[in-house]
Amino acid sequence: MVNPQMVMYEEEFNQIQTVVDRLVREANAKVVFIVDKNGQLIAASGEVENIDTTSLASLTAGNIAATGGIAKLLRENEFATQFHEGEKANIHIQLVGNRVILVVIFDSKSSLGLVRLRVRKASDELNRIFEALLSKVQEPGGDSPFAEITDEDIDNLFND
Amino acid sequence: MSFINYMAREINCKIVYYGPGLCGKAKGKMISLATETERTLFFDFLPLSLGEIRGFKTRFHLYTVPGQVFYDASRKLILKGVDGVIFVADSQIERLEANQESVENLRTNLAEQGYSLEKIPYVIQYNKRDLPNVVPVEELRPLVNPMNVPDFEANARVGVGVFDTLKAVSKLVLNELKRGG
Repeated sequence: MVNPQMVMYEEEFNQIQTVVDRLVREANAKVVFIVDKNGQLIAASGEVENIDTTSLASLTAGNIAATGGIAKLLRENEFATQFHEGEKANIHIQLVGNRVILVVIFDSKSSLGLVRLRVRKASDELNRIFEALLSKVQEPGGDSPFAEITDEDIDNLFND
Repeated sequence: MSFINYMAREINCKIVYYGPGLCGKAKGKMISLATETERTLFFDFLPLSLGEIRGFKTRFHLYTVPGQVFYDASRKLILKGVDGVIFVADSQIERLEANQESVENLRTNLAEQGYSLEKIPYVIQYNKRDLPNVVPVEELRPLVNPMNVPDFEANARVGVGVFDTLKAVSKLVLNELKRGG
């Protein structure tokens, strides 16, 4: 396998959610979310009811992948930060530990300076959490709930 | 790379549709990043929930890559973290060579991401079976599917065979998970 399996447990999820919730408040952001580099949404906070977070997650990951491609062509390791400025909404995208993507959407109630400052602090915390999560996943004996699924279980999924 | 979320009790997998330009991969309701000429530029994306397995919601994220040769850079990116691949072959006789080139391109780009076509869950969909100028599947198979993976005839315009293909690759992906992949 190229990358270790991405797994999320309750303990780490709660820690991540705490960081994300706090970032929304401290950065005066509208929405904060975390996506893994493959485009899967990990956590979200703020005014998420009115946005399509699944699509945003996949497009953000695509964006990071494309920027990574540009970096490679320029012999740069990675462009860890991106900022897109709109008329009303702005979006700040930060690569954390080269593993997950931290996205902050904000409007005129906040500022780029404040967002950058808060994101930096949150990134350090998230990096620690994901590192701990990763070493937990790599521990032997971590049973997958899918080890016991049968062919019948899989067939049932399609028999509606 | 599938993502198991114990908190949300969800399992997320990524399936990529690969194939030559204009073979009909990007049909249906998808998030689309298209160019002015309506070609897929970066990727099309469709999230799909299939139901529960052992109390876990299964969600498949379907991506299509741009087929045109000059979009190779973006094609490579979409293969990052892929769990299963559906190769969509264009059944028309004049597209035979394009299919073979595209399979080779898939093999190369997968290898660049550290995967091998022999190991990854992989199925083939012969598209456009409704057109008059199609090659019989018996002739297509040795050229497009020398590895003899599961393959299906389809007409994406009316949806025939599309679900069967998806089902086959999903089964392979879930079986891979079962083995702890």
